[in-house]
Amino acid sequence: MKFEVVDGCFGYANGKNILNHINCCVEEKEILSILGSNGVGKTTLLKCTLGLLKWRSGMTQIDGKNVQEMKHSELWRNIGYVPQAKLSAFAYTVDEMVLLGRNSHLGMLEQPGKKDKEIASKCIDRIGIGYLKGKLCSKISGGELQMVLIARALAAEPKLMILDEPESNLDFKNQLIVLETIKSLRDEEGISSIVNTHYPEHAISISDKALILNRDGSSVFGAAHSSIIEENLEKAFGVNVKIQDFYHREKKYTCVLPLSIASGN
Amino acid sequence: MKNNILKQSVWVIGIAVTLVATMLLAMGIGRYSISVGQIINTLLPAGIALEEVDENVRTVIYNIRLPRVLLAAMAGGGLAVSGAAFQSLFSNPLATPDTLGVATGASFGATMGIMLGFGSLGIQSFAFLTGIACVALVYFISRVKGESSMMMIILSGMVISSLFEAMVSLFKYVADPQDTLPEITFWLMGSLSGVGFDDLMLGCPFIIIGMVIIFMLRWKLNTLSLHEDEAKSLGVNVKVIRMLTIIASAMITASVVSLCGKIGWIGLLIPHVSRMLFGNNNKSIVPASIGLGAIFMVIIDTIARSATAAEIPISILTAVIGAPFFIILLRKTGGIR
Repeated sequence: MKFEVVDGCFGYANGKNILNHINCCVEEKEILSILGSNGVGKTTLLKCTLGLLKWRSGMTQIDGKNVQEMKHSELWRNIGYVPQAKLSAFAYTVDEMVLLGRNSHLGMLEQPGKKDKEIASKCIDRIGIGYLKGKLCSKISGGELQMVLIARALAAEPKLMILDEPESNLDFKNQLIVLETIKSLRDEEGISSIVNTHYPEHAISISDKALILNRDGSSVFGAAHSSIIEENLEKAFGVNVKIQDFYHREKKYTCVLPLSIASGN
Repeated sequence: MKNNILKQSVWVIGIAVTLVATMLLAMGIGRYSISVGQIINTLLPAGIALEEVDENVRTVIYNIRLPRVLLAAMAGGGLAVSGAAFQSLFSNPLATPDTLGVATGASFGATMGIMLGFGSLGIQSFAFLTGIACVALVYFISRVKGESSMMMIILSGMVISSLFEAMVSLFKYVADPQDTLPEITFWLMGSLSGVGFDDLMLGCPFIIIGMVIIFMLRWKLNTLSLHEDEAKSLGVNVKVIRMLTIIASAMITASVVSLCGKIGWIGLLIPHVSRMLFGNNNKSIVPASIGLGAIFMVIIDTIARSATAAEIPISILTAVIGAPFFIILLRKTGGIR
């Protein structure tokens, strides 16, 4: 499956465009990271690509087909969306929550059956949160809730997952768990991902491609290693940055350190 | 897994049996006391009945008590389930069937019907129609650029509700204090007195259709209580399901109010009792609300008609009995989960 944004522009109500001529694409078994400062429109971009908000011009395509022309359930069978972890007014159990991911495979009046429950249960086990089964979503940690939402997206059996800042608000360990999960879903199940993130380090460690949004509405898109570079980050975040590779037990790690606020910002 | 199914069926059967038993007992209670055996014999077709039943008993059962008990069950179950549906729809545990002003609209219609001297059929249909018109109006007002956000719907519901509330007050103010005003006041506090099979035939189809729609959508209601984008991203047609839920709840509430007047509390109390017992999954909340609502209402109505010589208005009883019951449950379970 090829997921592509072609020349997307967007602005709220009568305001000027906040997203200008966005172009990016994700192919099979690829992870795309979206980077940009607060308020630059990362979440907005995700909503536009998913058709939850309408592009002013341009479009999102799946295998060359405009998303707006696709049937609702067809689209959401291919794409799993993982929103930022927030609790709803009523707390459901982890099993109930993940089962909701089967919605796009069921008709309007259909109830989830045995097969759906099995798939949901498998997704819970797949990402290693089997110990949460039967617990209430309001009684688990933020990191665990994020994993539940990933399992829910997975239950739709998507080819592409779209995650909105999945690792923000999490501690070191949970950040790694989330990132490893995204990576292993790509490597083992061939599920591509688009990930919004505040951490260039995370983007470098898991992604194949990167899209960097600048505050003037322009953007940079390309392979992760060639686009996440000091110069581009300085422009996007208004911060002097040092990117440093180092090796630990023969494995390469990349460290991104913000040095100081850039002059002129 | 298997354990769950077993537990579920025990609850379903338990609630169903309790409901039937409550209805049978309720039919026996009253100024003219009838034994459960007699009631069963009366209800069974002539060939199967074990003994001959007195003609008086037959009349009391068929003309007065059976329709009344049936209506109580319908009204209780209907109000409770539409309350539960609205709570999910607005993802707000404080929502009630009247959140969009249906009940107030229907009260306005009924009050107007009483003022104009309509018969009971006229009052009923008028109340039903104004209740439905009220929701349509709310929906129309909340539409901005072809979209209606939940916040807009709730706000316009409140505005329309208070507008019609004021109109009802106006009617009460100008009504003849000798006969019209007491009639309006009594009607507004809710009563099931004087209901026959004809009235049931008129109102119950809407209640049943509404209940069936909500019952079929019960699992989808879970997604409605999530954030809108989240629900859409699960592949749910949020707009259509919202519309259907609102229509179904409005139909139920409007016909209950048109048949029995304004009945408070049940739409809030029963869904919460269900939540405390079964958790928040609407797959269980919806059937539980129907069953428990029906049982509660049958009990309340039996007290209303038999505790004192005169009928006690329903709304007074639902609050007086419901409030302490609710408080005890809240204290015991620590609220909904």
